[in-house]
Amino acid sequence: MSRGTELKLRTKTRATAMSMALAGTLALAACGASNESGSEGGGGGGGQSLSGDLVGAGSSAQQAAMEAWQAGFQGEYPDVNFSYDPVGSGGGREQFVAGNTDFAGSDAALDEEELATAQERCAGGEIFELPNYISPIAVVFNLEGVDELNLSADTIAGIFTGGITNWNDPAIAADNPDVTLPDLPITAVHRADDSGTTDNFTDYLYQAAGDVWTNEPDGVWPLSGGEAANGTSGVVGVVEGREGAITYADASRAGELGVVSVGVGEEFVAPTAESASAVVENSPAVEGRGEYDFAIEVNRETEGSGEYPIVLVSYHIGCIEYDDQSTADNVKAFMEYVISEEGQATAEENAGSAPISDGLREQAMTAVEAITAAS
Amino acid sequence: MTATKAPSEPMRQPAVRRPGDRIFAGSAKASGIFILLVLAGVAAFLIGEAIPALTAPAEEIPGGEGLAAYIGPLVLGTLLGAVLALLVATPLAVGIALYVTYYAPRRIAAAMGYVIDLLAAIPSVVYGFWGLAVLAPALRPFHSWAADTLGFIPFFAGPASTTGRTMFTVGLVLAVMILPIISAISREVFTQAPALHREAALALGATRWEMIRMAVLPYGKSGVIAGAMLGLGRALGETMAVAIVLSGGAGATLTLISNSNPSTIASNIALRFPEATGIDVNTLIASGLVLFVITLGVNMLARWVVNRRADFSGAN
Amino acid sequence: MSTPTRIAPEAPARPAGPVRAQRRLPRFAPLGLFLAGVALGFALSALSGFSIPTAVVYGVLLGTLAVYVASRAVEGRRKATDRLVTSLVTTAFGIAMVPLLSLVWTVLDNGLPRFDAAFFTNSMYRVVGEGGGAYHAILGTLVITALATAISVPIGLMTAIYLVEYASGRLKKSITFFVDVMTGIPSIVAGLFAFALFTLLFGGGVRLGVMGAVALSVLMIPVVVRSCEEVLKLVPNELREASYALGVPKWRTVVKVVLPTAIAGLGTGITLAVARVVGETAPLLVTVGLITGTNLNPFDGRMATLPVFAFYQLTQPGTATQAFLDRAWTAALVLIILVMALNVVARLISRFFAPKTGR
Repeated sequence: MSRGTELKLRTKTRATAMSMALAGTLALAACGASNESGSEGGGGGGGQSLSGDLVGAGSSAQQAAMEAWQAGFQGEYPDVNFSYDPVGSGGGREQFVAGNTDFAGSDAALDEEELATAQERCAGGEIFELPNYISPIAVVFNLEGVDELNLSADTIAGIFTGGITNWNDPAIAADNPDVTLPDLPITAVHRADDSGTTDNFTDYLYQAAGDVWTNEPDGVWPLSGGEAANGTSGVVGVVEGREGAITYADASRAGELGVVSVGVGEEFVAPTAESASAVVENSPAVEGRGEYDFAIEVNRETEGSGEYPIVLVSYHIGCIEYDDQSTADNVKAFMEYVISEEGQATAEENAGSAPISDGLREQAMTAVEAITAAS
Repeated sequence: MTATKAPSEPMRQPAVRRPGDRIFAGSAKASGIFILLVLAGVAAFLIGEAIPALTAPAEEIPGGEGLAAYIGPLVLGTLLGAVLALLVATPLAVGIALYVTYYAPRRIAAAMGYVIDLLAAIPSVVYGFWGLAVLAPALRPFHSWAADTLGFIPFFAGPASTTGRTMFTVGLVLAVMILPIISAISREVFTQAPALHREAALALGATRWEMIRMAVLPYGKSGVIAGAMLGLGRALGETMAVAIVLSGGAGATLTLISNSNPSTIASNIALRFPEATGIDVNTLIASGLVLFVITLGVNMLARWVVNRRADFSGAN
Repeated sequence: MSTPTRIAPEAPARPAGPVRAQRRLPRFAPLGLFLAGVALGFALSALSGFSIPTAVVYGVLLGTLAVYVASRAVEGRRKATDRLVTSLVTTAFGIAMVPLLSLVWTVLDNGLPRFDAAFFTNSMYRVVGEGGGAYHAILGTLVITALATAISVPIGLMTAIYLVEYASGRLKKSITFFVDVMTGIPSIVAGLFAFALFTLLFGGGVRLGVMGAVALSVLMIPVVVRSCEEVLKLVPNELREASYALGVPKWRTVVKVVLPTAIAGLGTGITLAVARVVGETAPLLVTVGLITGTNLNPFDGRMATLPVFAFYQLTQPGTATQAFLDRAWTAALVLIILVMALNVVARLISRFFAPKTGR
């Protein structure tokens, strides 16, 4: 058959192409990432030299900030093998408590039960919980020509429970006398996944608008029905594509969307870095915790001027005493970098988080300085 | 069950058992048994992790109404999406396979099959974002039309979703995802249909379609069903695409076009697992176990369907 | 040139026989009729407020109908059915092309902006915001997928051979059945299983590339078995018997006759299986983790992989959102190109080894 000869001719050229492709791949593998080779030479820039592994896991909300911290941290200590798995807060706490990671990133503080096991995991029985990542959660909406709205807690709760269904509702209009509101149905969008963002948002509604919102705070949206989307990108995507939609998301992701100023006392406060860290600083600590455990209960019902109550506080959880010296040194150095002004600034730049206040930094510093290795 | 004619039947008693034969047959058998062991391991893992949820009091399960109330809507959602996908994808896939094997001009047929295979190469996250950004908005008019004209059917009961992120859209996304699986396997079996049968049919004056109906389809049927089952397996277990596209988590509803849909088991696991702790994890794994059982049931059904008719294999 | 030379009112169902004077539609008539139908459909759609989807639906429906009716009138029922099926099958293909093109366009449109040299030569090591690349993730995916293939293909293929060539009775039935069941394992469960397995073996906190390969293998094996089994079944028994008759041992018959005959199908099946797992995110995250630097050793520590990389670039972008999204889409594009390349290689290999047949 003629096909046979034809085939033979073709396979030859193909084989050449194949081997070339293979050679190309090998060449790619051989040369290494061009941005990595350079940095190794300039090691030990910080004067101290640390090495070994530093392993963290947890909150995916911290992922973008963690990238920034890692970049800065490894600039100072290039020999430390740092990794952070954004497996989620629950997984992060679990892995830390089980002793699989050196520290956890978590959108919620440890609960009583986890605290007990965490104390067993750590050499001296003491842990630290530092509120190092503060992210204001903005209520964002898509209305043409409207960039800002003032809404009270009760109104927000009404919108998300389905009590308020149209943008020209008198409750909305009352707080926004200068805005012409369209006659448009409201599409309230919530997170479909279990998230710290939902947990904090429902906690706010539960505490600040208890008459309208009666469900216990939960990471899973407690109401049935309504539009749900996956993750911050998901809810923001839906709202961007739908006029009249409203949702809650990290303020850094608001983009072109309109942002709600939330009613606090007599005034309306917009989500900014300052207003978010202000409320965290003035929130009471969780009682009955260890010396270096700075878990806080965010004061959702704050009346303080310029305090924005819907914030996500994400913690770094670790041990005060580690079994070996190099882990202790690495954790200490990393936490020191994270709470430093530089660390907080780079997180703000890359992840849009709110830098912690000086008060919080001083407080955290006491814990960081206490980190040691069990002798 | 009717015994499918094993192709090895005619040469059941080889005269001599050479060592090479023994080693080859042994390692083949060992592979088969190894798979069973892996599966047993997965099942043991699932059951072990699910037991705390199965035995826990109803109040501790998320939702507070017990395991059945938690998993029930998820099962409904999983089946709705997957069945819809299969209904859409199978006829299309068979059509594609036939087109590529017997209708498309010879020279471009291979390229066309290749192009369809490309669909299988796209990661499911991309399907998700495509469904969200392209398909859902495109289907919005259909949703409102369906709610208006077909609203009397429970599947199309309104109110129509305003974003298009519904079970119907998910079904279509899943259909596109499993299309290459079904069509690739169908294509493979269609090309293998014995040339003698095909030529005989044509020689008797059959039209192309009659030839396909008589010589190709009976031959390829078991392959098509196998492909469909593989596709169904993927549709049942698909995680990220559903998680991204579906506006779910709204309890048991049959309607395909509103924004209140039951979530699916796999996507629910993906959405809830990262933040879950304690009994919630066990509950999610218990739902995974249920998915496992569903696949088992679906496959049993498919086997029964295939075996009901005599196998038409080239190797008998 | 259609000259219906009506001789007698012939019934469409004519007994089969040497029909010489069969009447046919002229060569381009079906196409012309179809186009006329399409035009009518567009016109109809224009009447009820023009939109492209309705126009296409009406057009294809009417076009098909026109061809069918004309063929039925001129050529008879059998020929008409044939033409109907032809247009149905072609339509099915056309329908499948729509999402494909739309998907490819979406990925290209979003992925090309960052499809540059830096993307292939840089990792994300110490990259904040813009820039960076997926060098580490591309190689990680290649290593892990290759490893998963190396685990799955021998096991899967041998199992398929066992099922087709050797097995009988209960073991065969249970293997076939449970392989099907395995296709329904949710990917995250496969990941958790691999995680539990390695935790059992090596203690907690272990993260290795090979764990991901094992998790992917759990997903991949059933696909390999199922598709290979179908293909092997189709190898005609005459070939096997001829080989036995020549005194060739059974295992050599399988290796030298059965496998080469089926090689094209096997290649397709394995490629499908690889394509099935290469984009998995969840099982890789819980087993392989995520790093920003390059690690090529699957037996030592965390690795980066393309899907996980893309997923987190997409879902957890920082303030320079566009840079993150661009990287994510480019990663998806690279993933597709990878699988396409694989597909080509599989096809070449099967071409190369396939016996030269007359077909």
